[in-house]
Amino acid sequence: MASRVIMPKLTDSMEEGVVVKWRKAEGDHVESGDVLAEIETDKAVMDLEAFASGTLRKILVPEGTTVPSGTLIGVIGEPDEDIKELVKEQPASAAPAPQQATPSLSHQEKVEGEAVASPRVRTLARERGIDLTGIKGSGPGGRIVERDLEPLLAKNPQPAAREIPLTQMRKAIVRATTQSKAPVPHFYVTTEVDMGEGLRLVEESKKRGDRPPVSITHLIIAAAARGLVQHPGLNAAFAGETIRVFPSIDIGIAVALEDGLIVPVVRDCGKKSLRQIADAERALVSRARNRELAPEEYTGATFSISNLGMFDVENFIAVILPPAAAVLAVGSVREVPVVKDGRVGVGQRLKLTLSCDHRVVDGAAAAKFLQAFKRGLEHPRDL
Amino acid sequence: MTFTYREALNQALCEEMRRDDRVFLIGEDVGYYQGAFKVSKGFVEEFGPRRVVDTPITELGFTGLAIGAAMAGLRPVVEVMTFNFAILAMDQIVNNAAKIRYMSGGQIGVPIVIRGPGSAAHQLGAQHSQSLEAWFCHVPGLKVVAPATPHDAKGLLKSAVRDENPVIFIEAQLLYPVKGEVGEGDYTIPLGVAEVKRAGTDITIIAYSKMLHRALEAADILSREGIQAEVVDPRTLRPLDLDTLAASVKKTGKAVIVEEGWPFAGLGAQIAESLYGRVFDYLDGPIVRVTGRDVPMPYAKNLEDAAVPDARRVVEAVHQVLNR
Repeated sequence: MASRVIMPKLTDSMEEGVVVKWRKAEGDHVESGDVLAEIETDKAVMDLEAFASGTLRKILVPEGTTVPSGTLIGVIGEPDEDIKELVKEQPASAAPAPQQATPSLSHQEKVEGEAVASPRVRTLARERGIDLTGIKGSGPGGRIVERDLEPLLAKNPQPAAREIPLTQMRKAIVRATTQSKAPVPHFYVTTEVDMGEGLRLVEESKKRGDRPPVSITHLIIAAAARGLVQHPGLNAAFAGETIRVFPSIDIGIAVALEDGLIVPVVRDCGKKSLRQIADAERALVSRARNRELAPEEYTGATFSISNLGMFDVENFIAVILPPAAAVLAVGSVREVPVVKDGRVGVGQRLKLTLSCDHRVVDGAAAAKFLQAFKRGLEHPRDL
Repeated sequence: MTFTYREALNQALCEEMRRDDRVFLIGEDVGYYQGAFKVSKGFVEEFGPRRVVDTPITELGFTGLAIGAAMAGLRPVVEVMTFNFAILAMDQIVNNAAKIRYMSGGQIGVPIVIRGPGSAAHQLGAQHSQSLEAWFCHVPGLKVVAPATPHDAKGLLKSAVRDENPVIFIEAQLLYPVKGEVGEGDYTIPLGVAEVKRAGTDITIIAYSKMLHRALEAADILSREGIQAEVVDPRTLRPLDLDTLAASVKKTGKAVIVEEGWPFAGLGAQIAESLYGRVFDYLDGPIVRVTGRDVPMPYAKNLEDAAVPDARRVVEAVHQVLNR
């Protein structure tokens, strides 16, 4: 009858043992009392003797492997005996053992490495893929400090390029802009607007304590809506066989987020007062910043506005956001010398550039729209 | 042009009083005596006793009076003979100046500047040698400025006068005679903006007011040893320009903070905490502080010298961080 050979518990404190060497091979005849293997305990290497006579039918744990006490490590039986049932035990009990052995070793190394490296060193090691094991620290208490890495840093002088996975938002931006810029034949028209009156109005609104106060962006939305009412040809999209003119003026406002941008849409601006536009825009933008917008709130703009005025830019050109046929890029209001009636004075001027889809509108139509827009923005009290 | 710190302050105040007739100066001996440290030299002659107001020795009273004037639309500058005496006015400063804008729901502002010297001079005794900036920095609603150079003193004082909120403006008796280049004309330096006073790569030394000069001396000594220290002056202590400080420490990986005040709950502890939060992963070792000794200032000259940080102690702190 087959007999099980197990990792013995040779001392009180022994939890696991290492099979250092098998002294018998599979197929060897063994007598009870023969030394089967050398076992390393937590204290010493000891001999494991056979408790039964027969043939060593199966070795289940290879040399050098650590297994818990009680694990089946071999089987002794008659040469032709069926030991399948016995061997089946093996994977369940022995399988976890080698896994246990390996992590415990590397865990030790890791603790040593981490305990003595400065945060800066750990950051550098992570960035440049440097293994800190075995580096001798010259800082207080043997801490590995930056200068200890100098030879290694010289070898890997380039910080590895950072690969930032594309967020869903970034993917959407990639899709929208390449779908626009490549196939849509853009053209650009720039104008300059006197913002003197607009700034006064914004200031008055602040002083009055309006909530929210009217901003330059609100004036621009309102003026654009006014322009689009007069020139509906720009509130349109190229639709293959037709040009689709939209019934409602839905203006998208580009809002920068930490990892991209989103374009909430102020609906039906043609029918809204400046006050209503300000309320709607504020609410949408603050919800956009908190990422609370529903998809229908940031899609389907018929015209859009991108304002970089707060970043002190003179002028820039924006990429059209389909299905709209135009986008208005807004720079900063700048104090500049202005010639008026043959005299030089100080003016508050704003440069804006309109990008248009040439399949939908032509230069003259764009310029006329801009004229109407400019008239509105320069007489903001009529908006 | 080269001017003393004292002259720079005089110019700043004079220009602001000429620019805006709501600005007035109030305090002990600011008028006919021209100020205890002669900062208001020539003021009473030019602006008259109505705008250069001599007061009795009543810090709580005249500070409260100035806060009331600020609430009513004037822009007072209160001179405290030293910030040790501002302790008497703490109730007005902390409970009124710092809080009225908040407690009135933004309806009433207190555009006031409270200025005068802080820190030790020479053998003025324990009560007159204190660096109390941490007290003021602790209070939300106060801005605290401590310029180290004549140029900064002028530009920052003008900004302080123009600020819509209370500003504690801490000068130093030992800085008044210090000379330096002062910018031409009507310039201002914004509050809340630090400046790198000396560029370096190996360690960042953060120091303000008088201690900036000790830090710069230390940087000279260190550079002869081959250590290039970057010296950064926050200039405004609250709001603190953490961006500039953090950028420097991120670059060098090491920092020493120098202050004349006491160590326990001192300003350096706050700056260190803010830096740990921002640049922990870039630090190559713990931040080390150099502070005044944790004692009432001794009167004896040798003991006083031992209590106030000097360049040698800054150098030692740098060596400690670098494990040299």
